[in-house]
Amino acid sequence: MLITKRCIIIPTFNEEKQIASVIEGIRKYGDADIVVIDDGSEDMTAQIARKAGVCVICHPFNMGYGVALQTGYKYALKNGYESLLQIDGDGQHDPRYIPALFTIVENRECDLVIGSRFLNNNSDQPGILKLMGIKLFRWIIKAVTGKRITDPTSGYQCMNRRIFQYFAADDFPCDYPDANMVILLHRMGFIISEFPVTMVPNPEGRSMHRGVFKVTYYVFKMFLSILVILLRKKHHS
Amino acid sequence: MTVHQKVFALIISFTIFVVIIFLVRNRKLREEFSWLWLLTGFVIFVLAVWYDLLVKLTSLIGAVAATTTLFIFSIIFLVFTALHFAIKVSQLNDQVKNLAQKISLLEAQIDP
Repeated sequence: MLITKRCIIIPTFNEEKQIASVIEGIRKYGDADIVVIDDGSEDMTAQIARKAGVCVICHPFNMGYGVALQTGYKYALKNGYESLLQIDGDGQHDPRYIPALFTIVENRECDLVIGSRFLNNNSDQPGILKLMGIKLFRWIIKAVTGKRITDPTSGYQCMNRRIFQYFAADDFPCDYPDANMVILLHRMGFIISEFPVTMVPNPEGRSMHRGVFKVTYYVFKMFLSILVILLRKKHHS
Repeated sequence: MTVHQKVFALIISFTIFVVIIFLVRNRKLREEFSWLWLLTGFVIFVLAVWYDLLVKLTSLIGAVAATTTLFIFSIIFLVFTALHFAIKVSQLNDQVKNLAQKISLLEAQIDP
């Protein structure tokens, strides 16, 4: 059996109420090194994570979810990890799928596997506005790549070293890594697949994308990012 | 151009020169940004002493009044200046991000 060095990264921002239980949940299923990337939290997230005995990397100020992910990729690259799983720090992602996600990547079935709530009937479904956005991104991805990705905005992903090595460089869309990231990877020749997972609502009811204006502006920025990706020269992995 | 206008334009051009040199000397403005403003002061000086050039330029772009020429070129100049700063801000944004990430990773290494 191939033994690979695994890393689980948890980008967090003000998750002091959830982080301890998230780490505990991951420990039950994840046979990997856990790294919390604290994106300039104003609460005790970093301290609680340190107390739980995991590696904590603290940003000096808040720079956004995408930058926190990239810091995790840079850490994993620097420390010789071969596969990486990213999971949200708010408790929305069910950790029991961690072994399956790692297995898919380590068996070389694909380079990146996305945990999709839409392939699982028991999973929590997003609100109407977010669902409309997801459907729109799905359509764009299908139109551009010919590939059907049911949950392009899922942050529950597992990837091999080639992917996070690429993302550690400047091409990673730090501002909003979603559908544009999927299109970028496809153009680079990476293989992407999905796996059914369960997601639960944010225990505190918070969301990165909430409100009509915020969601509309986000969709507009995503369009712009996708357009730029299509205009740029294609490189190959 | 009346004498009043010429004198005013020359005072403005001279003031721009003095202010820019003062700012660069006191390290409040980097040299790479100063040349553009010095050039602006120089252009105002040239147009003030050589009014015929402004008239020729006005007819070249199809404008009627010389003031129109001045306004159009001022706006174009400001657009390019804003674009230049937008490019600079984008670069700085990336540099700050990379620097902050490097610091975070080093801190985690030193004090895990």
